[in-house]
Amino acid sequence: MTVAPISDGRVRTGRIRTNGLAVGALAFVALVVLAVALAPVLSPYGVNKQDLVRALEGPSASHVLGTDSLGRDVLSRLLWGGQPTLLGVLVALIVFVVVGVVLGVLAGTLGGWFDALVSGIADILMSLPGVVLIFAVLAIFNQELTPAMIALGLLGSGSLIRVVRATVIGVREELFVSAAIVSGLGPVRLMARHILPATFAPVIIQASLFAGAALAVQSGLGFLSLGVHPPDPTWGSIVGEAAANLAKAPWLLFVSGGTITLVSLALALVGDGLRDVSAARRRSDGGARTPVRPVAATRPAGAPAQEGVVLSVQQLEISFGERVVVRGVSFDLRPGEILGLVGESGSGKTISTLATLGLLPANASITGGRILIGSDDVTGADDRGFEGIRGRRVGLISQEPMVALDPLFTVGSQLMEVLRYSTSLPASQRRGRAIELLTRVHLPDPAGVLRKFPHELSGGMAQRVAIAVALAGDPELLIADEPTTALDVTVQAGILDLLRELRAERNLAVLFVTHDLAVVADICDRVIVMQNGAIVESGSAEELFANPQAAYTRELLASTPSLVRAS
Amino acid sequence: MLRLLARRLLLSIPLLLVVTAITFFLQSLIPGDPARSLLGPSATPQQYEALRQALHLDQPVIVQYLNSIGGVLHGDLGRSIFTGEDVGQTLANRLPVSLSLIVGGTLVALLIGILLGVLSATRGRLLARFIDVFSLVGGALPNFWVGLVLAAIFAVTLALLPATGYVPFEESPGDWARALILPVIALALSGIATIAKVVRDGVSTAIGQDFVRTLRAAGVPRRVLIWKHALRNSSVSLVTVVGVIFVASLSGTILVENVFVLPGLGSLAVAATARQDIPVIQGVALAFTVITIVVNLLVDVSYGLLNPKVRAR
Repeated sequence: MTVAPISDGRVRTGRIRTNGLAVGALAFVALVVLAVALAPVLSPYGVNKQDLVRALEGPSASHVLGTDSLGRDVLSRLLWGGQPTLLGVLVALIVFVVVGVVLGVLAGTLGGWFDALVSGIADILMSLPGVVLIFAVLAIFNQELTPAMIALGLLGSGSLIRVVRATVIGVREELFVSAAIVSGLGPVRLMARHILPATFAPVIIQASLFAGAALAVQSGLGFLSLGVHPPDPTWGSIVGEAAANLAKAPWLLFVSGGTITLVSLALALVGDGLRDVSAARRRSDGGARTPVRPVAATRPAGAPAQEGVVLSVQQLEISFGERVVVRGVSFDLRPGEILGLVGESGSGKTISTLATLGLLPANASITGGRILIGSDDVTGADDRGFEGIRGRRVGLISQEPMVALDPLFTVGSQLMEVLRYSTSLPASQRRGRAIELLTRVHLPDPAGVLRKFPHELSGGMAQRVAIAVALAGDPELLIADEPTTALDVTVQAGILDLLRELRAERNLAVLFVTHDLAVVADICDRVIVMQNGAIVESGSAEELFANPQAAYTRELLASTPSLVRAS
Repeated sequence: MLRLLARRLLLSIPLLLVVTAITFFLQSLIPGDPARSLLGPSATPQQYEALRQALHLDQPVIVQYLNSIGGVLHGDLGRSIFTGEDVGQTLANRLPVSLSLIVGGTLVALLIGILLGVLSATRGRLLARFIDVFSLVGGALPNFWVGLVLAAIFAVTLALLPATGYVPFEESPGDWARALILPVIALALSGIATIAKVVRDGVSTAIGQDFVRTLRAAGVPRRVLIWKHALRNSSVSLVTVVGVIFVASLSGTILVENVFVLPGLGSLAVAATARQDIPVIQGVALAFTVITIVVNLLVDVSYGLLNPKVRAR
């Protein structure tokens, strides 16, 4: 039995080690804490021992980090000053962890009104302007630092309560699913063996981030000389003293502030590193890569573009890195022709069509062959190369009409935007043209549709809008990538009718990509069957259905019941 | 939408009560009282009693609390123990300074953050890596120290900008801006990287969406897709993080105002803390809470405005 959040919780040192930077940072924090704890032993001079003759000196053999305005050794003061500073952080951290874990675990396990109450408290804590309340606490307690640090821990714990609660609820759900509770684990052992370990990683992450924030607040207070008992230093108060000698000894400012910055940077690195590790573990399901087979990219001298061919793909080869996913694909498309590109998912049909418009994903590239649109070679062209082609000569309709339009803009705004870039229509005529386009794709109330947002359209309507968008620049070629797959059968028929009409009306060429042979039989003149990135069979639609040659085609046909019945 | 807002407003009532209650009841927990510390050890018992009555300290704590709430509702925040000035008036005088700083800092973080975020989403790994490092370091740098370093470089060494002081906008907009440049940068620094990261994630997610492909295939140029569609689609998370940064700036401004000696709410809070001026620190806490509530409300409203699905309801 494996339960993801539980194994997630076992992110221990072995896992942390995978992130070298985080380990280094953790070691650095530990070293600083140790050095500060050993200040009485390590510091070369007394914390307040003055030597006015040697005031404001730079680093030297006797004073490694120089001296301050009273000639005190800066290294010694940093070591001693670290004690109240880090103690303050520790107090805040303990309160933060105890409150966060206890309330979070209880809320997550008990549920009900208690959960609601704790979540409400967490919400309030998270929306309080925390630091100013700490000043209020300092004022009330006459600048005693400990109450202020307790307050800091309390005020910060809202986020931890939430994280722990969510983790606990996640584990409990997993446990119920896997029936670990039924197997006889008592509540105490359940808590000790499953629930608490699961909170381990998120608590450490939150704690290290919070420790950085607490250090910033603590040293900020010291800088303002709040909660400081001069002449005893804190890290913040040393920055304050350095600020008073800004012009004479800028060096001091860098040493003191640099110490704070380095420690809080290290804490952030620990938190970040752990978060990356635990996120990577959640993501690490599957992802096994197919062994790579390097293939020399062969670029055969392509045949010259034939007269009257809208799209010519010649010996196309596409690779993801070293892995070839499409090879040797060739076909031509003439005006008024509907060519079906058929195959199961992963056969390379979609990737081949995207390549013709230069829309390959960033990690894929054309490694062989040519693509001609009309007589223009667009093989591997960039956005500039496709200017005047996308929209104006080739349109694209994609699979999911509901996500094919920007959800945050109206249909009208997007259609008119496309008209702006794919036609030379003046702005004043774009609205009229948009209405014409929507009317052309048989949308009722086109003016009303213009004002609608994509989520207010049905799937069929959205696909008609998408077709209108593709037609805006009056292209001669339409690439339809599974345009009916996401639609109901009745809506499908309507869209196919529309495509047939458009073909007849504008002598439009259509490259129709689909896995649905029934649709192919309905609309295509010619068909290409693809499998594993290569063409296995091509011919006229009638030929293919009457007399399939390739075994794969026969399989495909057999798996389409409506066609089996028809034949 | 309206219901959402109403809920938010309703939730803000306990928030305000919590803030006032924390400061009020903690005060009653500690030994000694303001009358004693105001008068000093040489006061007569008669003087002491008179002042206690004047400050209503002779009444039960809960009555005192309700009185103070009543006062707050009437706009009476009490008087400074130290200077005797009206707290409400003091807050009103100092608010513009802090708001200039916070709004300025947030705007600077927003502008630079968006620019860096979009560039790193579209211009490859090196910039993205730089922003990762920058956000770690920017988050770790204490803002008061950044302020001091900026002052050391630009005010002390180069003498380009004033190191301290504030000039009201009405007096001289130019000097007002010059006085604010360094503190605004110190305050904005940690937010820049946070915003850049959110924008980078939002824009690179949006670029991978189907609709971007549709519009790209229909001839819409890349710059329009990125700066209009992708950015607009990251706007919800952007607004969330801007709200967080604005509220965090409230804390940040306390230190930054002290570094640059600006007469805002932050320096008021520190001065009040140093001399145990409880009514003033209570007033500042209340003001910060109200600002936080208002910012969160604005964030909620903008969710509605940014998302057509919410807007419709």
